[in-house]
Amino acid sequence: MRREARPMADETSKLIEETGAFDCVECGKCTSVCPAATFNPDFAPRLIVVKALEGIKNDPVTAKNMWVCLTCEICNGMCPYKVNYSGFIQGLRTQSFKEGNLPICSQGGLIHTMQRLMANESLKQNRLGWLTDDLKVTKNKGEVLLFTGCAYQLGTIFADRVDYEREVPRSAVKILNAAGITPAVLEEEVCCGHDLLWLGDEDAFFKLMDKNVKILKESGAKKVIFTCPECYRTINMDYQDFSGDLPFKMQHISEFVAEAVKEGKLKLGKVEKKVTYHDSCRLGRHMKVYDAPRDVLKAIEGVQLIEMERARDKATCCGVNAWANCDETGKKMQIDRLKEAKKTGAETLLTFCPKCEIHFNCATHNKVPVEKSLVDIPVDDFTNFIAKALKGG
Amino acid sequence: MSAEAKAETTVQPAAWEPNIVAFCCNWCSYAGADLAGVSRYQYPPNIRVIRVMCSGRVEPQFILRALELGADGVLICGCHIGDCHYIAGNEQAEKRMKMTADLLDILGIGRGRMRLEWISASEGEKFATVMTEFTNSIRKLGPNQLAKGGEADG
Repeated sequence: MRREARPMADETSKLIEETGAFDCVECGKCTSVCPAATFNPDFAPRLIVVKALEGIKNDPVTAKNMWVCLTCEICNGMCPYKVNYSGFIQGLRTQSFKEGNLPICSQGGLIHTMQRLMANESLKQNRLGWLTDDLKVTKNKGEVLLFTGCAYQLGTIFADRVDYEREVPRSAVKILNAAGITPAVLEEEVCCGHDLLWLGDEDAFFKLMDKNVKILKESGAKKVIFTCPECYRTINMDYQDFSGDLPFKMQHISEFVAEAVKEGKLKLGKVEKKVTYHDSCRLGRHMKVYDAPRDVLKAIEGVQLIEMERARDKATCCGVNAWANCDETGKKMQIDRLKEAKKTGAETLLTFCPKCEIHFNCATHNKVPVEKSLVDIPVDDFTNFIAKALKGG
Repeated sequence: MSAEAKAETTVQPAAWEPNIVAFCCNWCSYAGADLAGVSRYQYPPNIRVIRVMCSGRVEPQFILRALELGADGVLICGCHIGDCHYIAGNEQAEKRMKMTADLLDILGIGRGRMRLEWISASEGEKFATVMTEFTNSIRKLGPNQLAKGGEADG
C-alpha cells in the first residue's frame, strides 16, 4: 500500500485530489484561525492551496510558506469543506524534499540526523539507558508494551531546559507497575519517524517504520502504550496508512490511566496544586484525545484544573513543527500561549508532548519581549506529574 | 545484485586507516597546528583539520553529521578556558560537547569517538601529542560502522 514514486507534475494534482483541496471555496476560515497567520501576515493556508489549484508550480511564496505551517490541524477542523490542509502540506514537503528545498532546521538539523542515524542498520543503540533496577519490565516480548519514544534522547539534548524529560520513560513504567502491569520495552526500538515524515524525508521515515513495525509485531504485544503524542499519532495513523493494519490495540498513557482509575486498578494520591493543561496538537486535534487527560486530573485529589481560554480543539500551537520552523513567529506564539496559561492563575502548565515542553521552556529561557512575570509559568510533563501523584510514589 | 557487483562492493582496502575530523579554532588551536608544523613535530596524517572561528561554533550536529558520513573520530580544539577570543565561546563549547558526548553514548556510538581539547597557539607540541593519542585511541576502537549501514549522501 506504500505510495509509489510518481512524476512530479502528476504528484501535485494527485495530492489535490487526495486531500480534497479541490473543494476549497476560498472562504478564508482556515487563515482566520491559523496560529501562524496570526503572527505572520505573509502566511495563509488558503493561499498555498489556491496557488496549487491554479497550477502555479515552484512558487517562491509557497516554497517558503510550506515550512511556516505548523500542521497543527486547527484549519482542518474549521474548514466547511473538510480540506485536509495538513496532509496537503505534508505532500508538498515530500515533493519539496526530493527537489532539495529544505527549511533551516533548528539545532542545525541535529535531531533529524539523530533520527536518520537510528534508521542505520549498523547502529546499536543504548535504547534502555534509562532503565533502573526498581522498575519491573520485560525485554522485547510481552502482552502490554510501552513504546518509550525519544523523550530520553530529547531530555539529554535539551538537558539545560527540560532535564525532567529523561524521567518520562521511568515515570511511565512506574505508572504501569502501580497498575499491576509489567510492560515490555524494546531494546531495538527506533524513533517513530514523525519529524522526518513531516520534513518530507520519506525514505528515512520508511526505514524507521519498517524497523518498528517488524519488532512491534515480533513482540507479540496485544496492547501498546505511548507517552509521546507524536509517536501515538504516527504509529496509529501513518504506519497503518502505509503498511496496513497493525495487530494490536494502541492507547495513550492518559487513556490508560483514566481507564485504570475507573476500573479501580490504579489509585492516585493527593496533590495540592492548581494546574492548567495544554492540548498538544498531535494528541488533541490529530488523535482526538481531549477527555482522558482531564479525567486523570479529576482523579487526583486536590488538583484544581483551570482551563485556558483556548482549550481542547481550539488550543493553539507550541510554535514549531518537526524542528523545521523555529523563528520569530514561533516565539511570538509561545509567548502568547504562556501569557494565556499564566493568566489562568495556575501554578503549572501540564502537557504530554515533549516538544511543547521544550519550546515553551525555550521561549522563557532567554530574554522575553514582555514582562517576565507575565509568562513565567513552569512547564511540567504530564506523565511525570501522574507518576508523582501515585499513591506512595 | 549480481555476484560480480557483490564481489566488488565487499572488497576491503588492505589496511584500514582512521579518518579523523578536527575542528580547530582560528585563534589558538589552528595556530597551534601551524606551530606543530613549523616546529616539525611528527603526528599521524589521519587528521583533516577544519578551521572554525571559535570552538563555540561547533554544533553537536557537526559531530553527528561527521560520524554519519563515516568519520571515525571527531576532535574539537579551542583556546584554554579564559583565553577565548570571544570571551566565553569555549565555555559554550564545553557545555555543548558534554551534551554531545552523552548523546553519543545513548545512541550507542560511544563518547570515545569524540574529544574536546584546549590547545593554545604556543602549544605545538601538545597539538602533536593530542593528535597522536586520539588517532591511537580511534585505532583501538576500530572503524565507524555507521558508514557501512547508511547512505552517506554528501
